[in-house]
Parts: sequence; C-alpha cells; structure tokens
Amino acid sequence: MQIVKMVVTGPFAAGKTQFIRSISEIDVVATEAKISRPEERIKDETTVAMDFGRITVDDDLVLYLFGTPGQRRFEFMWEILSEGMLGFVVVVDSTRPETFREARLILDTFRTYAPTPYVVAANKQDMEDAWSPEDLRIALRIDPAVKVLPCVATDKESVKNVLLELLYSILETMDGEGE
Amino acid sequence: MALKGNLQDFSATQLLHLINLARKTGTLAVETPQDQARFCFREGKLIYASLDGQDDRLVSILQRAGKITEELARTIRARSDIKDDRELGVLLSNAGYVTQKDIVDSVRNYVLEVVYKLFTWPEGTFRFEPNLLPVEGRITVSIDLENVIMEGSRRLREWERLQEELPNLDIALRFTDRPDARLRTINLTVEEWRVVSFINPRNTIRQIAQYNHMSDFQIRRIVYGLLQAGLVELVPPEGVEVKPSPGVPTPVGVPPTQRRPAVKRSIVQRLIDRIREL
Repeated sequence: MQIVKMVVTGPFAAGKTQFIRSISEIDVVATEAKISRPEERIKDETTVAMDFGRITVDDDLVLYLFGTPGQRRFEFMWEILSEGMLGFVVVVDSTRPETFREARLILDTFRTYAPTPYVVAANKQDMEDAWSPEDLRIALRIDPAVKVLPCVATDKESVKNVLLELLYSILETMDGEGE
Repeated sequence: MALKGNLQDFSATQLLHLINLARKTGTLAVETPQDQARFCFREGKLIYASLDGQDDRLVSILQRAGKITEELARTIRARSDIKDDRELGVLLSNAGYVTQKDIVDSVRNYVLEVVYKLFTWPEGTFRFEPNLLPVEGRITVSIDLENVIMEGSRRLREWERLQEELPNLDIALRFTDRPDARLRTINLTVEEWRVVSFINPRNTIRQIAQYNHMSDFQIRRIVYGLLQAGLVELVPPEGVEVKPSPGVPTPVGVPPTQRRPAVKRSIVQRLIDRIREL
C-alpha cells in the first residue's frame, strides 16, 4: 500500500485541527492538551504533537493528513512531520492579523524543509472581520504563482476545494518538471 | 471586507503597500494610546489625512504653513458665512492672499506630515472602511503611495537609529560648559529653540516634548542634533529613576532541507478523483 502525506500547518488557533476534522474519514487522532499559558487562552485545548487524519483512496493508496502544533515551542515537531510530504497547506486565521507574521515565518520555515508545492487557506472567511484572500496575499507577501484560497475549515466542501487546489498545484509542478 | 488589526503586527509600511497594490478606496482610521488619525484614499492614492487634536481646516493649515497671518486666520474663523474649505480657498485666492499653488502645497504638506507620523507609531489599532471618503467641502490632493512609503521607510530607519542613539526619553538634559558662546554661532530652528528653552535637569526629554506638542521622533531628532553639536549632555533627571533600554531578540536558526517524495502523476490524479467524491 502506498501512503501519501500532506501537512496542514499554520499559526496557533488558525483552524488546522478543524480543517483535518472536516475532511478525514476517521475521527481525527488529536494529541491535544489543556492550554496552560495565559496568553494562549484563545481556546481551551491545543495540539501539542500532531493531528492525524486519513482519506482512503482504495486498497493500494491512502492519504494521511498531519496537522502541526501551532505554538513555537513545539517547532521541533515540524520538521519531523514534514518529512516526505507531498505538499502542505498553510492555514491562516483571516480575522487575526496579529498572527500573519507568524504565518509568514511558518511558511518560510516549511519551504526550507522541502521544495514541495503549497497553498494558503485563508480561513474563517465566514466571519465579518475576515481579511480577503487578495489582501492576505499582499499582507503575507505570497508569490502570485501560489494560491491563496478562501476557506471555512468547518465546511467540508471548502476544505475539499483547498486540498484539490493543492493537488492541482502538485500536478502542475510535476508537468513543469516533466514527470 | 473588513481590514483591521494592530500596527504591531502589520506595520504602516505593509498597510500602505497593501492599499497601494489593491488600489483601495476608503478611509483608514488609526488609533494609538496618544494619537488618532484618519487617512483617506482613492484608487490607492492618498487624498486626505487628519490628526485628532490638530485643526485640519484650511484656515489652520494655511496659518501653520505661514501663508496667512494669525490676524487673518482669526477674521476668517469669526466669519460664519464661509461654508467649507473649497469656498474659503476660492475666496482667499480671489482676494490675492494666497495662490492656488499655496493652498495645494500647504494641504499636501499637511497630509504628508500626518502620514509620516504614522510610520513612527510602533503600535496602534487600525481599521479600513471601504468607500468612506472625506467630508464634503474638504480640499483633497492625490499623492502616490510609493513615494510616501519610500520616504516613510527612510524616516523609520532614521527613527530607529535615533531610538538606538537615544533610547530613553525619561532622561534630562543640561547645557555643556559655556553653551551661550556656541549658541550664538549656531543657527537653530524655531522648534530647536523651543526645546532649548526647556533644557533643565528637572525636565525629562519626554516632558519637554509634551510641553511643545512634539512627537517622539521630532524630539529625538532635535535632541540628537543638539547632542552631536556638543551643546547639551544627558543627565539623570532629578528625583526620577532611569529605565533600562529593551533587549534585542536573537535570530532563529535555519533547519536543513529535505528531499521531495517520489510520487507518480497517476497517484495524484487518483487522490484528486477520491477527494472530489467525498
């Protein structure tokens, strides 16, 4: 059986766990813990090692989705999780510009791990205060060739669209390299 | 779509860059603990700005620019029949007090003065209201943001350098030995004289700035000049504890690069088909 892996990363509380939950065929194996630091009490629990979701294609092929912990103190996990990834999604909370710089740093870090295609999911587009994907692209200084996609992580169709766009980008890269 | 945040997270340079690139039309309101300002844009160009606590009507702008006298300004303010700035501009121009160029240059310089302040604000909340423009009757200009960003960035670098040179404003100044002899040979601006007149070990630099309604950038620049000229020296203020300057963050290391997995095109296509079915 071939296992293909994709990583879902992004700043703390960007919606990575929810993103995987919305699409995974299994209950997400989340390694969550109660928040201890007062400055991070934006939610009750956080991912401390990884989230794990699965999409079975057939008997021979499975896609694994790994969600990274968003906090910097778990950065050592990022490289481990990114080993062998086919591509990655950077989930950004569009309503919290205070996390954009962190998102940019995470994106740059993951790009140094592996030269794999990636897309940016501008999450929480259903919220009134959400920055538009176009504004996010400028704010995060995203290359015009990289897709910045509107996303609502609680909506399965929206998550499907992000994953499909990432896969299309992977195909385009393969075509470009003559695979 | 709302555009709001904090300058600490998204700097003035980034914000103006975004407005310029996206060719936005609307009003950007910025609020810091000390200041509030509004900036209006049309198609990505800066057309108007105002700073709370500073009269932004044309009469005050022209008076501050030295284009009309205080007496004339007082007379204009006393007249209630002048409805707005455009009408006032026409009246003053027709009467020969100022030229149209004087008006446009003064408004333009005022708008630039306000927007350059924005670059020196390290924190503050901002909110962009799309399609909201200045109140009717105000004289607007059209300023390319590229130049503003360039000049603002230059000022920001200067501001950062000044902050390094003079990190603590809660410190006092005193004249060096026999400053009067040297002051006679040095040309000081009005602003510099205002600062000089308050130099006393009892007054901190911050207090001098507050007395003179100066920003941190302005006072730092003036005091730095006076220090470099050897006219003044820094002394601990009488009866005030001096705060240490903040530390510098350490850079983060770059991790090693991995290889990309060998996956065939057909595998990706099968993944696409499966996800479409979900």
